[in-house]
Amino acid sequence: MNRRRYLPILPILTLLVMLGPVAAGLWGTLLPAFGHLPAAGLSGPSLDPFRDLFDWAGLPRAVMLSISTGLLATVISLAIVVLVTAGWSGTRPFRTLERLLSPLLSVPHAAAAFGLAFLIAPSGWLSRLISPGITGWVRPPDLLIVQDTWGLTMTAGLVVKEVPFLLLITLAALGQADAQRSVTIAQALGYGRVTGWLKTVFPRVYAQIRPPVYVVLAYSMSVVDVAVILGPNTPPPLSVQIVKWMSDPDLAMRLEAAAGALLQLGLVVGALIIWRFGEMVGGYLGRRWIAKGSRGRFDPIVAQGALVAGGTSALIVLLGLAVLAIWSIAGFWGFPEALPDQFTLRNWMRFGPGTLDALGETALIACVVACVALLLTVGCLEAEYRYGLSFSQRTVWLIYLPLLIPQTAFLPGLQTLMLGVGADVGRLPVMLAHLVFVLPYVFLSLADPFRAWDTRMGTIAAALRASPDGVLWRVRLPMLLRPILTALAVGLAVSVGQYLPTLLIGGGRVATLTTEAVALASGGDRRAIAVYGLMQTGAALVPFALALLLPALVWRNRRGLRHG
Amino acid sequence: MKHLAVLAALLAPLPALADIDPSNWDAVTAEAEGQTVYWNAWGGSTTTNDFLAWVGSRVMEDYGVTLEHVKLTDTADAVTRVLSEKQAGEDDDGAIDMIWINGANFAAMKDADLLFGPYAEQLPNWAFVDVDGKTVQTDFTVPVEGFESPWAMAQVVFIHDTADLVEPLGSMSAILDWSAANPGRFTYPQPPDFLGTTFLKQALVDLLDDPSVLADPATDDNYDTVTAPLWAFLDDLTPTLWREGRAYPATGPAQLQLIADGEVDLAISFSPGEATAAIANNQLPPTARTFVLDKGTIGNASFVAVPYNSGSKAGAMVVANFLMSPEAQVRAQNPEILGYGTVLNMDALSADDRAAFDALELGVATLSPAELGTVQAEPHPSWMTRIADDWMQRYGVSQ
Repeated sequence: MNRRRYLPILPILTLLVMLGPVAAGLWGTLLPAFGHLPAAGLSGPSLDPFRDLFDWAGLPRAVMLSISTGLLATVISLAIVVLVTAGWSGTRPFRTLERLLSPLLSVPHAAAAFGLAFLIAPSGWLSRLISPGITGWVRPPDLLIVQDTWGLTMTAGLVVKEVPFLLLITLAALGQADAQRSVTIAQALGYGRVTGWLKTVFPRVYAQIRPPVYVVLAYSMSVVDVAVILGPNTPPPLSVQIVKWMSDPDLAMRLEAAAGALLQLGLVVGALIIWRFGEMVGGYLGRRWIAKGSRGRFDPIVAQGALVAGGTSALIVLLGLAVLAIWSIAGFWGFPEALPDQFTLRNWMRFGPGTLDALGETALIACVVACVALLLTVGCLEAEYRYGLSFSQRTVWLIYLPLLIPQTAFLPGLQTLMLGVGADVGRLPVMLAHLVFVLPYVFLSLADPFRAWDTRMGTIAAALRASPDGVLWRVRLPMLLRPILTALAVGLAVSVGQYLPTLLIGGGRVATLTTEAVALASGGDRRAIAVYGLMQTGAALVPFALALLLPALVWRNRRGLRHG
Repeated sequence: MKHLAVLAALLAPLPALADIDPSNWDAVTAEAEGQTVYWNAWGGSTTTNDFLAWVGSRVMEDYGVTLEHVKLTDTADAVTRVLSEKQAGEDDDGAIDMIWINGANFAAMKDADLLFGPYAEQLPNWAFVDVDGKTVQTDFTVPVEGFESPWAMAQVVFIHDTADLVEPLGSMSAILDWSAANPGRFTYPQPPDFLGTTFLKQALVDLLDDPSVLADPATDDNYDTVTAPLWAFLDDLTPTLWREGRAYPATGPAQLQLIADGEVDLAISFSPGEATAAIANNQLPPTARTFVLDKGTIGNASFVAVPYNSGSKAGAMVVANFLMSPEAQVRAQNPEILGYGTVLNMDALSADDRAAFDALELGVATLSPAELGTVQAEPHPSWMTRIADDWMQRYGVSQ
């Protein structure tokens, strides 16, 4: 078949796959937000839903929590990643962090949150380790650490998960930024390591990692599972409250939920605008800082501090995993014992068989979805390269829409749509729903490395009589093996972690590790949570491990490609 | 022409499948064979999940029915699902075939004609059900009328860790006094969680001199007066709670973890046998025991209902019937497995079945039927709805 025929339609198909459901779902949100919900015998338009929303006494706090946790988590994780990379890239501690990346990334948000809670709660593992010896506590102190009013624990839970994500993206971008030579030159001119990196490499790297940073901000503001586990609940952050309203048996509450969903959307857009403004201010200050020519007196301290912060965040996740592992084989484990009374395989025998069924379902869905997403993404990018069919500056934002709009805003509408065309229930609709969320992540992960590829390679290959397809398959894709595998791994992990789409679109009939784990989470049985959390982690660990391992193996004799 | 006729036959809408007659049991079992029943039930309790899995293996063995447990975090999700299906015109084969349903959701679904029935009293095992002695024909004062079938009896008990709280507390005011003297050692699940609202109802019932007013729907006239003692009680209690009431456990079982962690000493439960099963599963310390209040505690039955648009109604009825069988009821009552009270009338059972019930040990932390004492009636659902809303206004957002 002639490729020319179908390659150009791929971008449109991709946009349709991503945006069709979002548009339909949003329509299903907009109407009830303005009082129109025929199913409940209500017809609008009216502003009552918003009036009810603003009457809710918890709204100011819920909104504040959404904004503060989102901005704080993004700023902190970005700062850690940038400073650690600036101060340590190419050194042994950095390589250690790099090696830890796969396990860190593969821990699902929910599992990491549970690990953190099991660690730092007053009756958590850290407190058990030093009690009663150092603290003298025979009972846990009555302190509000987990679910604290300011959402600080929740922010910490987000940071420990976003740091590895941003670091992965930064690593992928570094290969295109020619960082090492820039830093070498800067250092030769007397700049400190961190200052030199920030002044020469950071602007180029940030241009590449900006989309994922926005995604982190939007995600942190509207996250549900982490907020349920670590966030305050009197009142909860806005996103959690929306889900609560949405599941109220009283259909009229859906109006308030829809109004809340629109507000959440507005908050996310507002925060992104603030962030963009911050970027401009930062850029202006940065240029002045560069022009001043300061060489970086405090570099060693900054670098040390960043390493400690990055190391701590990694350590928290790993210790969290360790405590999950202990709970999964724990008999009775009272406070203040540092370890359980006895170890038993009973928990694994009880919950293991169930996890295997769920694992099969999870893997099948994730593999199909991630592969389709990768295919569409490469197709789009190649069409852009060959025919200049790129998204214009304005349309490029369409790709972010599924990630910037809270899931709760358009999923119920999507569910109604799928029911309407008789496509509800079962694996295929769930895969389509997952694709909406997986595609943007895969696209975001791959687009910049793909575009930053040196096209002169293509020109050389073409001069050697390679066809456009030959250039794609034999030069470009092999050279981009690492970002491609990274994108695939990200896609798999995103699919593994999906909760609301699986539950709503699957009608509950599609049981993945995540839906099972979250259902168990409400019961607080730590042994079951531990078993499912570890299985979930495993499901996402393998692809990430391969994404790092395979390029190293394939390019073991191609030095220039190993970091590319 | 011939082709046209075939085409017309294909295009003609299929006649809507007539609902099966529950009283024709042979037809029900015949149709049930090979069906898959998606049972949407709360998935937060691992002991219950294990029991449901066992039910699945048994109905497969006897009737060829495949049972899939769809684990919910909130029963309301299932109600929402059926509502959306009705809205989208999916009237014949919805995603849900059976729901473990509570009184408020039952009232809502029955009201909106979202349930299949009446079927419950036509099931063969209904003959064993203790219609007179147990509240199986009303659910939260709403008449059941055969639109849901019972499968377990529940009654409020309090679980206490005798290592820290030795003596049972006989009333809500005793609990308040104890909590004031031992701040931070008590909490309850956060309303609108089912068990959290149950605590509020239990408190109200115990605080009122005459709780009979709660049997009728709440009115604007009497609501404030009747509930005033409850809010006074909660205003005193809240500052003495775990985390001073600034955070609450999400569900009932989450409280068990708090006891095991030594964070609290007292928790409410709607299952007299839960503590024993939790000790066996290492979820509670061996020192945990249960008690009821002097004036008695709220009790009700757990029901399953079948949505009007289930495509496997026969299979669902087979499962519902099996749940009421002596075999399933004995297993559910076994404290090592589930510890749920039976809905059956011992006198209606065969000698063998009765012996199986008699042979059950109570379990270390389970009270005998005599010790469980008076069962108090559930208030009308309107009370629960209004109290839960008020609670959220007063304590859910103010901290």
